[in-house]
Parts: sequence; C-alpha cells; structure tokens
Amino acid sequence: MSEHSGEVERRQQGPTAEVVRETTGMFGVQGTGDTSGYGGLTRTVTMPAAASRPYGGWFDEVVDVLAEVLGEAGVSFADAVERVVITDPRRTAEGEGPSRDAEMTLYVAREHLMAVCRALRDDQDLRFELSLGVSGVHYPDDVGRELHAVYHLTSVTHGRRLRLEVTCPDDDPHLPSTTTVYPANDWHERETWDFFGIVFEGHPALARIEMPDDWPGHPQRKDYPLGGIPVEYKGATVPPPNVRREYS
Amino acid sequence: MTAPAHDVPHSVHSTGPAAEDYGPGVAGFEASGGDWDEIAREAIGEERIVVNMGPQHPSTHGVLRLMLEIDGETVTEARCGIGYLHTGIEKNMEYRTWTQGTTFCTRMDYLAPLFQEAAYCLGTERLLGITDDVPERAGVIRVLMMELNRVASHLVCLGTGGNEMGATTIMTLGFTAREEILRLFEAVTGLRMNHAYIRPGGVAQDVPEGFTENVRSLLPSLRKYIGMLGDLMLANPIFKSRLQGVGVLNLSGAFALGVTGPVLRSAGHPYDVRKAFPYSGYEDYDFDVPTDTAADCYARVVLRIEECYQSLKIVEQCLARLDDTVGAPVMVADKKIAWPAQLAVGSDGQGNSLDHIRKIMGTSMEALIHHFKLVTEGFGVPAGQAWQTVEHPRGELGVHVVSDGGTRPYRAHFRDPSFNNLQAVSVMCEGGQVADVVVAVASLDPVLGGVDR
Repeated sequence: MSEHSGEVERRQQGPTAEVVRETTGMFGVQGTGDTSGYGGLTRTVTMPAAASRPYGGWFDEVVDVLAEVLGEAGVSFADAVERVVITDPRRTAEGEGPSRDAEMTLYVAREHLMAVCRALRDDQDLRFELSLGVSGVHYPDDVGRELHAVYHLTSVTHGRRLRLEVTCPDDDPHLPSTTTVYPANDWHERETWDFFGIVFEGHPALARIEMPDDWPGHPQRKDYPLGGIPVEYKGATVPPPNVRREYS
Repeated sequence: MTAPAHDVPHSVHSTGPAAEDYGPGVAGFEASGGDWDEIAREAIGEERIVVNMGPQHPSTHGVLRLMLEIDGETVTEARCGIGYLHTGIEKNMEYRTWTQGTTFCTRMDYLAPLFQEAAYCLGTERLLGITDDVPERAGVIRVLMMELNRVASHLVCLGTGGNEMGATTIMTLGFTAREEILRLFEAVTGLRMNHAYIRPGGVAQDVPEGFTENVRSLLPSLRKYIGMLGDLMLANPIFKSRLQGVGVLNLSGAFALGVTGPVLRSAGHPYDVRKAFPYSGYEDYDFDVPTDTAADCYARVVLRIEECYQSLKIVEQCLARLDDTVGAPVMVADKKIAWPAQLAVGSDGQGNSLDHIRKIMGTSMEALIHHFKLVTEGFGVPAGQAWQTVEHPRGELGVHVVSDGGTRPYRAHFRDPSFNNLQAVSVMCEGGQVADVVVAVASLDPVLGGVDR
C-alpha cells in the first residue's frame, strides 16, 4: 500500500485545475461599443484544483484502497487516476476536516475506466454497488478534453458517494461503455450519446433515446443553439433567451 | 381470388388491387379463409407478432411506448420507447438565472414538482456553501411540502394503478384525497402544480396564517381516505390475483439496474436517501422505512400505502416545529442570494411593496443599483460541481449542477428515478402475460414528464 501512496502524492504536484473558460470585459459587450471600462479585464475561470493530502474523512482511505486494488490488477494508480479533487465550498480554514457537503471527484483516464469501475464495485472496502447514472458536460474551452462524462456512484454499504469524471477530445469522442459493470448505465449512456455525441464503445445498443432517431446534432453541446422566437408582450418585444444579454 | 393482369392500365380508382403495390420480386401470398396459424407457418415459417402499446395509451402513464413481442398472450420481449415528451428543460436552464431554474425543473416530474425544486436548490446551496445558513423554518417547510407531495404522488400512483385494472372507484378515491393536498399547496404557493416555491436559500414566502391548523384539521380525513384505499385494494381477491407474483424484480436485479425507491424496498433493502444521506434536517424526524420481501407489484402497493402513513407522521412533526418557529425567517440572511424583491399584494395582483420602492428609489442609490443588478443578472455561483439526491416518491432523484462561476447554471442534469427505473420493464414483463405488463409498469409508477424532461 505504501508504494502506491507515494504514487498518489507524486500525481498531485502538477498544476491540474480544469479551465472552464476565459472571459474578457464585462456585461457581454465587445469591441468599440464597450464603454464599461472593463475592456481590458481578462479572467480565467477554473474548476476547483487538485486536492492535497490529507483529504480528510474517508477520502484518503478510498484512494489508498483503490490504489492497492488497481495495483493488484496490474494498473498503476497514477496512470488510471489523473487527479483527485475535493469540492467543499463550506470548508473555510486550511487543515479543517471536510464538511458534510464535501464531495470527491476522481478524474479517470478513459483507458482505465473499466478497471477503476470494477475495483470500485467489487472490493469489499470500496463497494460502490449502486450507479446513479452518467451525465455529460461540454467544455468547449478545455482544449483536447472538451467532452466530459461524469459517473455518480453510491456505496450503500459504507454510506459514501463518489464521482468519476472522464474526458475525451471532441475529434475522438470515444469512451468505454460501463454497462458490463453497471447495467444501470445503459440508458444513461444512450442519453449522453444523444445529447453530447460521446460514443460509448461496447454499449449493447447505443441509439438515441430522447431525440428522434434522425435528429442532426447533439442538443446539449454548448455550440448547439437553444433557438426560440421573439415574443410580443404588452407592446414590447422580448427576445428569445439565447440572444439576451449575458452577464457572466 | 385471381391474380391481377399486369398489362391492364392503372385503374382510375385510388384503391387498386393490393398486388400492384408490390414490385416484382416481393413474395405475395394469397389466402381465402383458413386458420391464421397455418397460413403464417406456411408463409414465414414462424409467427412473430410485435405489438406497439402506446405512446397514446391510457395505461402507460403518459406517452410511454412499449414494444411487446408476444406469443399468444405471453410477452417474450418487452422494450420501452421514450422521448415523446422531451422538452429540453435541462438545456433551457442553462439560459436562465439560478433562481429562475426552479421554475423549469418543477415542470419535469409534474406529480412531484417539489422534489425537483428541493433537489436543485439543495445542490445550488451546496455550490454556494450555504447549506448551514438556510434557516431552520425554511427546512421544515421544505420537508412538510415534500412529504405532502409524496402522499399526493402515491395517491395518484395507487389510483391510476387501480383504474388501469378497471377499478374506477380506486381512482376517484385517490384523486379526491389528492385534491385535499393540492388545496393546501395552493394556499401556500398559489399553484396546484409547477410551484417554483422552493428557491436557492430557502422558500419563496412563509406559509399563510392559520396554515398549520388547516393541515391538522385535514390529516384525519387524509388518513381515512388512505385507509379506504387500503380496504378497497389489499384484501380484494381479484386485486391480489392480478398483482401477487407479478412484475418480480429481486434485490440484485434492482441494484444492478439502479432501481431505487419503493421498488427496491419491496425487494427487502431499506435504502432510503432520507436515512442514508439526510438533507433538510431529515435526521431529526422520527419515521420508519417500510420494506417487504415479496418483490412483486402487490408488495409495492402495500409499501406505498405504508409510506403515506409515515409521511403523515413526518408532517405532524413538521407542524409542531412550524408552530414553534412562527415569525422566523424562511430565506437566507444574505440579501445577495435571497430574492431582493419585497413582495406585497398591489392593485394589479402582486408586486414590490410601496415601502420598498420608496426606499430604493428615494433614499438609497446603492440599494437601487443592487436591486437592479440582482434582478436582471441574478447571483453568481462559484465554479464547481455538486451532486445532490433526494428521496423522490419513485426513487432516488439526483441533481448534478455545474457552475462556471457565472449567474446561470453551466449544466444542470437531473437523474430522474422514473427514467432509470423504466430500464427494468423488460426484466419485469418478459415471460408474463400482456395484462401483467400494465400492472408491472404501473408498479414502477413512471411519470413521463420526468423521464423525458
């Protein structure tokens, strides 16, 4: 177990925060029309960065056991899990234990997703036996990792929850299907394919589920327009929501 | 029957002989009377009948399409087709503020609107890190509304389930009882459904005066209605023979398929999010989680009736707490997150109170600017993601909210229990009779508004 913990620590040293987007200016105004005075403002929005040891609570134990189980299966933890992120907006002081709202995300490399899922489900100290589905997120500005699939696992035995996040580039949108480990993910993967265009390799019947079979495009992607028509209300014309001014 | 002559010019009648519809090379069969089995055996070697049930069918709880391959009366394969009610609510939420999001997600599962609102708001509060700042009274009101909603939802499930088997009285009784609860909702939120009552940070407004007495006076009649439903159903020999041993889904099957809620508990596992991962202060309430081991449709009916009684038990505890906290706030103290409007009933129905307008217009420029900014933009939420689940009447409802640091959700995904549970239809129906499909689907209690979102 100790050599795996070493690997875990090495893994966390790089700058590994997920870039969500870069913004310039304010109020959604661009170019010469921008008289806000914020024209030179550039901000990089990132998701919470990789956590450092100790994570607190049961998080350390799960990561250690997972590293050990993966090691026995011949998979290096450092290769399989790119980063461990603890999301805990309520924790204010450094060194304080995690709050009740703390959540752990493991960023898993797609080639090792199956090994990680199998270890998480089957090992008696992990036992994440209930999968609550897959949801996709599209980050167009996260170059090379545009499409994310997020897996929500629950351990009823131990009363724990864990999130796996797997990414794939837009020009190679392939992930392994987890239906052999978690049959519950069948429809959820179909939904993620339907809405985001992620192809789950090995899925028994990866067909569209919500949209019609011949629908062009994947509607939940950020580059897919919402659509809508202007609405007249009491003499004024209300523009459709996707062309209204954005503030963030 | 004689074969049509192919050299005859096309008839002026719109309905020509059937054989003309087929080009050369398509096998045709002619039969004049006889047994269909023999004809089919002669023609295609085997008989394979696929029946489409729905999407427009009263017993499919909305627009669920079931594709059944049947052999006589036996279902050999059953598959679901969904998506007929997909309205893009999740996509729409990405173009509205965090506060406006509740107006959208409440419309997903229209029989249990308050659960979507609560899960979404709890997730947002998680992202904001204000879970502990939500006032106690707001949490009590949330629990009260959710539990009343659970009873209302179960009553529809039991009522329509009975109606699908031809027992109209069960349906009218269920809907009559539900009506009492909807009247309470109307008194609190102004609407019978699509409430948008639970908001990030608390609830939109306090319960009206005299509300707790109202609920208290209603509880005995609700109990009576549920008791009557139980009397009508549970000992009825026809009802029992239709439901017992039908739609069986055992424990390992339920876990593998991610099936939660009453269906999982009917297989013997007491998994309930209210106990396993408490939220809104559920750990402070005294209630039981009923389970069964029969894992069939009958057990699920019994469990739903039991759960109604347990919910009413929680409601009573909520009422006592509401009486103890009269006048306490129902929204977080942080005015940046609490909706800045101070609503009052005006001449045109409802609007900002005159005092509030006088204050922001007349005395405080800063307050006016903040009011304007918060109403038009909404509040910002730190970048990150959160996963929040609640115990929905149909199982575990999960919300995955992602923020990019802006004033709108970057992504809001709802893991609806009906969506997931419908995956069990094939396991529960195959090998049974066609009539059992109706019963099995009713025991899952899918609501297609939630399935398709």
